[in-house]
Amino acid sequence: MTNNLITATPAATGEGPQEMRSRSELTAKEVLREVGSVLRMSEKAAAELTSSPVENDEEQTMIINMGPQHPSTHGVLRLMLELQGEKVLRCKPIIGYLHTGMEKQAEELTYMQGGTNVTRMDYASPLNNELVFSLAVEKLLGIDGDIPERATWMRMLLSELNRMSSHLLFMATNGMDMGAVSMMIYGWREREEVLRFFQKVTGLRMNHNFIRPGGLAADLPTGWRDDVLTILEGLPSRLAEYDVLMTNQPIWRERLQGVGVITAEEAVALGTSGPILRSAGIAWDLRRDLPYLKYDEVEFDVIVGSYGDAFDRYAIRLNEIRESMKIVYQILDKMPSGDYRIQDKKVTPPPRARIDESMEALIHHFKIFTEGFKVPEGEVYVGIESPRGEIGCYIVSDGSPKPYRLHMRAPSFVNIQALPHMMRDGLIADAVAVISSVDPVLGEVDR
Amino acid sequence: MSDAAIDTPAPAEQLYGCDVTCSRGEKVIHVSRANYIATLKKAIDDSFTMCTDLTAVDFLTYASTNRQLPAGLVGERFEIVLNLISLERRERLRLRVQIAEGEASLPTAFDLYPGTEAMEREVFDMFGIQFEGHPDPSRILMPEDWEGHPLRKDFSVGRIPVQFKGAPS
Repeated sequence: MTNNLITATPAATGEGPQEMRSRSELTAKEVLREVGSVLRMSEKAAAELTSSPVENDEEQTMIINMGPQHPSTHGVLRLMLELQGEKVLRCKPIIGYLHTGMEKQAEELTYMQGGTNVTRMDYASPLNNELVFSLAVEKLLGIDGDIPERATWMRMLLSELNRMSSHLLFMATNGMDMGAVSMMIYGWREREEVLRFFQKVTGLRMNHNFIRPGGLAADLPTGWRDDVLTILEGLPSRLAEYDVLMTNQPIWRERLQGVGVITAEEAVALGTSGPILRSAGIAWDLRRDLPYLKYDEVEFDVIVGSYGDAFDRYAIRLNEIRESMKIVYQILDKMPSGDYRIQDKKVTPPPRARIDESMEALIHHFKIFTEGFKVPEGEVYVGIESPRGEIGCYIVSDGSPKPYRLHMRAPSFVNIQALPHMMRDGLIADAVAVISSVDPVLGEVDR
Repeated sequence: MSDAAIDTPAPAEQLYGCDVTCSRGEKVIHVSRANYIATLKKAIDDSFTMCTDLTAVDFLTYASTNRQLPAGLVGERFEIVLNLISLERRERLRLRVQIAEGEASLPTAFDLYPGTEAMEREVFDMFGIQFEGHPDPSRILMPEDWEGHPLRKDFSVGRIPVQFKGAPS
């Protein structure tokens, strides 16, 4: 189909440079605009400041690049910082270094193959990506009410364990960025235990493609319950160690408290979600507020901060690990027996044994893996709570076996918009703390 | 399994003066280009204070004639899709705006929802839809000297040339 279409879309590339410009090149009006766009301040704050950015003398400030290869930018995030001495006056994130056209790619892959694509977006929480994609496809198919109970609870189990592994990774990288280097090893050690469980269940440590439209790829292996319990029993003492090493430690508090502050109004206006929104004091968690799966049947607390600073975001994530453990204990109690995927021959492949004895099963198997299954036309948006915030999947289907358009609402993409805001008037040494506290995954920022 | 019954628009229903349809149980309103900003203002007053997502769809090669539009609305080539959230009422609302190919532009929502800044840049980058009044209308994901807009349906995915006879070039 794409062969006979021409690629010659009229070029519209006169839209200007992406980089932050120096003050001497800006007119007063442009500075004003930047107050809005680059600093992204509330209108009131912008009005108070309209005079000061222009007043700063060009010779006293300097624009430097942080990244794209800086170790604490978590990948290839590039920040242009305007500094006056050690103070950050302006900051502009420049992204796209990891852009691989995954949304375009998704239009060429069937719904069956789509999971392998979306799981690579947020590589620190792949199961949540697969989950939101599967939920959207199921909603389009109209089978979202027919998913077996066990599949739903298994999805919750994997999703929560993934939240734990992702937050443990944050503990590691946050510690590393703040100079608590041993913390990096501890965080990774705990995360590895969760990943080892994922490997046992899905076959892979990351990028599992395990949660698929219609259910899951396979049932849990024998002995899974003991493995989960081993993780859950080992973790509390380790988290207590974190409290000693970081939470209650004066240097750690000094380094994070009052750094990168964002207010509730700003967080809402900027569209942030997850720990950033909650750190500003807004109790908003999609698991509780717009429940999906069976989250309305488990008990857990939504952790909320009060100052909106980097320390709050750290503390929220640390306590969310504990909340996730609480949820996993409940899942262990409630895990029903039954099927792990829907037995709809049009959506999921038939069991292997059936293929030997039934011609029909063989045909269905063949059709699903060659052509894929057709999805009725329509459009649907599903959002779930990933460790980084609301991850959303918008799919438009035209009735073919491939999505006509697939858009992922990536939480990190929106959250890094808050960076310039949090960094303003801070010290350059705190810039690292701020980036770290937002916990962006560049794989999903750029997609 | 068919959702034909769910997707039929309820003609009588209106919200902020716009037609309302229901897509798989999700509330969608169809906003005209002229009423776009006014509708967003009404939505904010109605507690939809957060814009979670802004994206676009290019309907150039859409195979089906059923685009889930209310009766009387003509589907254009592009469509801007916004997802709003009301934190108070715990509700979602989706806006769909039809954009004709010839006039691929829309006023920016930046003044109402500052969080749409990066999303609008992404839509411009990927679809070539201009946002009037946007404070920083540069490309965001592609390099600044890139030609064309990758997520348009007439933008080829490209292929690696193969040196076999009869291979498509």
